[in-house]
Amino acid sequence: MSAASEEPADVTEAHRPFPWGTVLSWAVVAIVAAQAALAVATNRNFEWEVVGEWFFHPSILAGLEVTLGLTVVSMSLGIVLGVLLAVARLARSRLIGGLAGLYIWFFRGTPLLVQLIFWYNLATLFPHIDLGLPFGPTLARFRTNDIITPLTAAVAGLALNEGAYMAEVVRGGLLSVDAGQWETVRAFGMGRARALWRIILPQAMRAIVPPTGNQLISMIKSTSLVSVIAMADLLYSAQAVYNRTFQVIPLLLVAVLWYLLITSLLNVFQSMIERHYARGEVDRAARAAPAAPEA
Amino acid sequence: MSESGFMVRAHGVHKSFGLLEVLKGIDLDVACGETVVLLGPSGSGKSTFLRCLNRLEPIDRGSIVVDGQQIGYRRRGGRLVELPERRIALQRRRIGMVFQQFNLYPHMTVLENVVEAPIGIHGEPRASAEAHARELLGRVGLADKAGEYPRRLSGGQQQRVAIARALAIRPRLLLFDEPTSALDPELVGEVLAVMKDLARQGMTMVVVTHEIGFAREAAHRVVFMDGGVVVEQGRPDAVLGAPREARTRAFLNRFL
Ligand SMILES: Nc1ncnc2c1ncn2[C@@H]1O[C@H](COP(=O)(O)OP(=O)(O)OP(=O)(O)O)[C@@H](O)[C@H]1O
Ligand SMILES: [Mg+2]
Repeated sequence: MSAASEEPADVTEAHRPFPWGTVLSWAVVAIVAAQAALAVATNRNFEWEVVGEWFFHPSILAGLEVTLGLTVVSMSLGIVLGVLLAVARLARSRLIGGLAGLYIWFFRGTPLLVQLIFWYNLATLFPHIDLGLPFGPTLARFRTNDIITPLTAAVAGLALNEGAYMAEVVRGGLLSVDAGQWETVRAFGMGRARALWRIILPQAMRAIVPPTGNQLISMIKSTSLVSVIAMADLLYSAQAVYNRTFQVIPLLLVAVLWYLLITSLLNVFQSMIERHYARGEVDRAARAAPAAPEA
Repeated sequence: MSESGFMVRAHGVHKSFGLLEVLKGIDLDVACGETVVLLGPSGSGKSTFLRCLNRLEPIDRGSIVVDGQQIGYRRRGGRLVELPERRIALQRRRIGMVFQQFNLYPHMTVLENVVEAPIGIHGEPRASAEAHARELLGRVGLADKAGEYPRRLSGGQQQRVAIARALAIRPRLLLFDEPTSALDPELVGEVLAVMKDLARQGMTMVVVTHEIGFAREAAHRVVFMDGGVVVEQGRPDAVLGAPREARTRAFLNRFL
């Protein structure tokens, strides 16, 4: 009560107490991290010189290329498929919505590994692929083995599976957009396709991008499954080397470091995209950064 | 076109949501150039009726003709055929609507908001659409906000942008659903001023509002709805000054 008698002072005169707690916790973390880094760096068993030797080795880089190529192509196809499926699920037609639901149910409900093996062995189930009218004449006939190579089987397996997951990501995004926006585009007489493309999807992107980043990172690692159908991805290439040289740990480190490097680049890229779609927002963007390491 | 001189002809409009009958036979004609204010207690069906006029809601019984076209249907060989959503969209293209919550496109600038429909739906060239948009923004007093994003504007400014956006399609009819109800009291006036201007310039408007002052000054006719029917209608001074029906009196007493 005694303070009540004093004149209230201007806040610019206030001085901030030194943040001892913050400084101390940063110091503790820094010391522990330095210690751990030193322990890893100086541990002879990690064989860092072997890591350096193989990091840019052509066979590793070839594997990296397969991993990146598969990821980019499958993810792009998966996103397109996901958008189409999500829109189909929200369609007024029960038939279209039901079919999309069935697709998502099946591809999310079965292991990716099995799907990959299935596509790779498609020729044993269907030796020929016919294009034609249902129950009508055949217009074109292909030998399945000409179409299904390890590469196309890998892309088909990864993209079709990814499409099912992306469909739910996109659907969640579409549902997050204020219903008033749909009402407005209808009142203006805007067609459904244009409304989605111009008005609804751009707003949905804010909710779509973060989980898509998740999907992308998990896709990079899922690509390692393609080694079962004779594709030499990054992890497989590293394994191929240590099967000869028995330098298991350093070669796994090579792969791990590459995966981390790609993931870090993606995080930077993701924050750029998020900033783009946060335009028009009032200062919520700043706090919505992905889980990137502090710069 | 509406050779009858009426922009809206609604007859015996019935609408139910499940078991709840919200509109129980509404008749309402709106002349070209007329401003009609719909008044009524909450839940009386004002918004529902407004949304039926551009068929955001389909009706169960009766008929609605806007600008000479039966909204949602067409005649084929003497029979009435329901139109698919795509064709209804064409009928809506000259009906502007302004919402309580503004519903601006938050990811677009003010100018982009206003030109979206003229360019994207009406196929107007960008240059002329933007010139028209700037003129409209000037009319609602926001010429300097063209490059701003909606969320950085005050509520009153946002609603004025929404009015400019509705005007950009060169509407034959403008529908307003409580355009000032989401605004702070000191921002209501600027929006009503724009609407009064429009009424004076001969825009055909149907306005749901609780602003009795606006009804008194700008409306040609006031329609009082309650329980899904039109209870009383007439010139503002008559309905607002000397209501005949007890329900109207009871409603208006709340604003005294
Ligand atoms: N989509 C809907 N589904 C079910 N009921 C609805 C729907 N829309 C409106 N209603 C009901 O219809 C009745 C009339 O609603 P309406 O919004 O037309 O009233 P209003 O006169 O605009 O009221 P207010 O002044 O509160 O806006 C209300 O009882 C409401 O709950
Ligand atoms: Mg209402």
